[in-house]
Amino acid sequence: MKILTCPLNGPRPVSEFVYGGEVRHAPDPDRCSDAEWSDYVFNRSGSPGIKYEWWCHIASGFWFIALRDTTRDVVSATYPADKARELGPVGTSS
Amino acid sequence: MYRLEPQAREWIDRSTVLRFSFEGAPCEGYAGDTLSSALAASHPYLARSFKYHRPRGVLSCANQDSNALFQVDGIPNVRGDVTLLRQGMHVTAVNTFGGLARDRARVLDRFARFLPVGFYYKAFHSKRWFPRWERMFRAITGLGAVTLSAERRTTPKRYGFCDVLVIGGGPSGLAAALAAAEAGARVTVVDEAHRLGGTSALNDAERQALDSLVRDVQASARIAVLSATAAVGCYADRWVALAEPRRLTKMRARAVVFATGVIEQPAVFRNNDLPGVLLASGAWRLAERYGIAPGRHLVMVAANMEAYAVCRDLAARGVNIAAIVDLRAASEAGPGAAGAGAAGAGADEAGCASLGIPILKGFAPYEAFAGADGRVCALAVAPIDDVGRGGAAAESLRRIECDAVLMSVGFAAAGQLLLQAGAGSEFSAGLQQFVPLDLPAGLLAAGRVNGVYEFGARLADGRRAGAQAAAHAGFGAGSAASIERSTRRPSHPFPVFAHPAGKNFVDFDEDLQVKDLENAAQEGFDSSELLKRYSTVGMGPSQGKHSHMNALRILARVRRVPVEELGLTTFRPMYHPVPLKLLAGRGFNVERRTPLDARHGALGAVWMSAGNWRRAEYYAVEGETREQSIEAEVEAVRTKVGLIDVSTLGKIELYGPQAGAFLDRVYAGSYASLQVGMTRYGLMLDESGVIIDDGVIARLGAERFYFTTTTGGSATVFRELSRLNALWGLDCALVNVTGHRAAFNFAGPASREILQSLADVDLGEASFPYLAAREGSIAGVRTRVLRVGFVGELGYEIHVPASAAARVWQALSEAGRPHALRPFGVEAQRVLRLEKGHLIVGQDTDGLTDPFEAGARWAVSMKKPFFVGQRSLKILESRGPRQKLTGIEVLDATRAPKECHLVIDRGAIAGRVTSVARSRTLGKTIGLAMLAPPLAEPGREIRIRAEGGEMLAARVVAVPFYDPGNLRQRAGRAA
Repeated sequence: MKILTCPLNGPRPVSEFVYGGEVRHAPDPDRCSDAEWSDYVFNRSGSPGIKYEWWCHIASGFWFIALRDTTRDVVSATYPADKARELGPVGTSS
Repeated sequence: MYRLEPQAREWIDRSTVLRFSFEGAPCEGYAGDTLSSALAASHPYLARSFKYHRPRGVLSCANQDSNALFQVDGIPNVRGDVTLLRQGMHVTAVNTFGGLARDRARVLDRFARFLPVGFYYKAFHSKRWFPRWERMFRAITGLGAVTLSAERRTTPKRYGFCDVLVIGGGPSGLAAALAAAEAGARVTVVDEAHRLGGTSALNDAERQALDSLVRDVQASARIAVLSATAAVGCYADRWVALAEPRRLTKMRARAVVFATGVIEQPAVFRNNDLPGVLLASGAWRLAERYGIAPGRHLVMVAANMEAYAVCRDLAARGVNIAAIVDLRAASEAGPGAAGAGAAGAGADEAGCASLGIPILKGFAPYEAFAGADGRVCALAVAPIDDVGRGGAAAESLRRIECDAVLMSVGFAAAGQLLLQAGAGSEFSAGLQQFVPLDLPAGLLAAGRVNGVYEFGARLADGRRAGAQAAAHAGFGAGSAASIERSTRRPSHPFPVFAHPAGKNFVDFDEDLQVKDLENAAQEGFDSSELLKRYSTVGMGPSQGKHSHMNALRILARVRRVPVEELGLTTFRPMYHPVPLKLLAGRGFNVERRTPLDARHGALGAVWMSAGNWRRAEYYAVEGETREQSIEAEVEAVRTKVGLIDVSTLGKIELYGPQAGAFLDRVYAGSYASLQVGMTRYGLMLDESGVIIDDGVIARLGAERFYFTTTTGGSATVFRELSRLNALWGLDCALVNVTGHRAAFNFAGPASREILQSLADVDLGEASFPYLAAREGSIAGVRTRVLRVGFVGELGYEIHVPASAAARVWQALSEAGRPHALRPFGVEAQRVLRLEKGHLIVGQDTDGLTDPFEAGARWAVSMKKPFFVGQRSLKILESRGPRQKLTGIEVLDATRAPKECHLVIDRGAIAGRVTSVARSRTLGKTIGLAMLAPPLAEPGREIRIRAEGGEMLAARVVAVPFYDPGNLRQRAGRAA
């Protein structure tokens, strides 16, 4: 079983975590076309590579961002969830 | 085979005789014997092969003898070469028809040429006949018999932790363990054998060195030893499955040293499977551990110095060596022809020569002959250059009488676990062996698996690996030593010899001959993976441990490419077959119970599961049927008062200046505007606008909200809300209080009157109107009370700390007794809410239902700047709904459709029933259905295809079915 290092709880077995999908950036809902929005909602990139991903440590309910090479299944860094906002727009128009 | 005089280091205790039965006949062995060693001393052969039912004997004695499998006291496929003998065992051979000696299926051996490679694919592709063939082959194939009446044996699982795990207790493994322990690491050593030491110390100096290592390991306080334990799987981040005799340990190591050694490989020649033909290392194990000589005059087929060392060792035990047949020409072998270790090699060869053992250089085994007892009685050999593809000419053959043939022609690295763990490998042409490459951090290889063969070098390599492993685990500085791989060649590049009559076996598990593999390659299955699947080479119980190298060599020769161009097949866990009992789980089922579970039980609850909760479906009453009980529960709520435990709802508290803004984003409705002390229904959508959850949101303060989620969604909704909160970074915080709080719905015309007698808050219509929320005491317990209308009557949802749940329930029950209060279960609640036309998310909606289709447009505030799913709803709204959730009533009073029955319109599917129930209140069968929009007009008649294809007529009606003006829940007015 893999070990995943949570920024809050340190290294823990992966069975204590859930995967929350790739960090994705929503287009501005007020400006994008219907086609752009549908693409964001329904399409996911399945291509392998180095990706920012959402992970949650279930026991503590802590969400964080992991940078993972999906071809080798190696996590090279983890960040608090604020990282998601640094990476791009987060799907609100507030 | 026969017992020698007691040997100096043997593992058996000759003073303790164990009696057991084999094939119904009484047998004897000694304490410390394995099944194979006890039987080998007295039986010409032990087993029958899988396909041709040929007699087979001992091969390796190292947990790799996939032919010597037995049925022991009802347990099938027990490996005889590692299973210790016990007094009173009942042992039978597997895979025979009528016993080992008179196996009727042995006739198959004569039909071998009618069973070509890919036989099944070629012969049984007719669909018509396949079931018959399947029955026939199921009857004749397979190994042991499963005993269905066997007792259930639960075996424990254990989590283990260590700094350094050393797999293999031979010289390099022991040296690694000691080096790691000296650096300060906690070490675990595992070995498949019952004792440490491995199998390759072949002279006195090496034995003494090894004994001293074993003593040091056993004396070390930092080293734990697991004997008779196989490391069977190596997973991510150094997580290793250890199969112990009666337990599975899941070992997490900071670093792993693979000192797994090598697996000796057979030579391939005609009848190389006869009982009495065995690996040199197997013969050595028999002699060293069990005091058994393989024969009285034996022939050694040699291609390395280990062959000579074993001959010397056996000769010293008094065994007569009839001849050594060395595949290597005189110019390739012997002193001066090799690098490191050449002195040892030369010494053993010279030693054999000085014993007067005839040595035939440049000769190959060509054919073994069986005697009357089925065992080998002679070996024909020929100059290796004369054995071509078509076989050897008769005049070049020499026949050597013997009663055992030993094979020492080469080794395959036991690198399966390393490859599972992510290491690479490359073929060393010099060693004729795969060696590890690009080891991931924390994984080390040492000893012969690493291509290091000389005893002293193996110890040094073990020390290096142990020190480096310890350093990776955080102990010591590691080792800069670099150990050179051997320069001599322990393995012959092609120990495979053609014979026109075949029966030169490559794979003993599956009885595959050289021609099977050649034919498979010529039929186009000419990559190592395809060859394996088509011919089944390496797919038997030994998983190719004795066959994959020779199969690769044969494939390489057919394709005229070097072995290194082919590559290994993928090795997957398990390394050895593992008894299912070690892997099977204990069958744990998570079931949550509410704080009132015992009380429901006492009230006669009939249980059902909802999500992972146990809930009361209804409360059984003496003399009532299920339907009567449910109807009575419904009636109690409609006419008097009822009480239901809704503690299973997800319950979340939300605090902070931006709490309202957060709710506005995650729910489709509007909450920033919600007044303190009021509640509002909430519909939660995903980004595509599909309904995923619903609940009631109460505003308890300016910056304080309390809300519920569905029973099934409580964990996932909280998790997703936490993620969105982390993502948006709003100034608010969520707390999941699902388990902290219990909740009841107390509903019915009499509910206010009863509750007022227990409450310190004014429940009057003016001060506590419909949809209001109040905090106050009930029966002396601090509670939150929400005015709700889910069941369509005056009702209060009472949220209390879990620890006080029983007290409040008790008080309500007692106060309600004069009003004929009845507890009601989930089924009555479903009828009650259906009469009101209220949907249940996940039952009346599915993974594609949006709020417009569900008739919940009223719960969506499109004017808000943003909420999850809003942008998608804009698109969906402009398109119009594809279906509509509508009320239906069934016209035939005696029949009812079931949930999920289809609505048919002009021969096509036009919808489905999502909820249906018999409403006694209304005197009809009502339901909800998702219908195509043209059908969803009140008054329209629809047809439902019910059980058995019967068509039922129903009419579309407006909801709510009951109390359309919602007067009862609003004003609490009795009708």
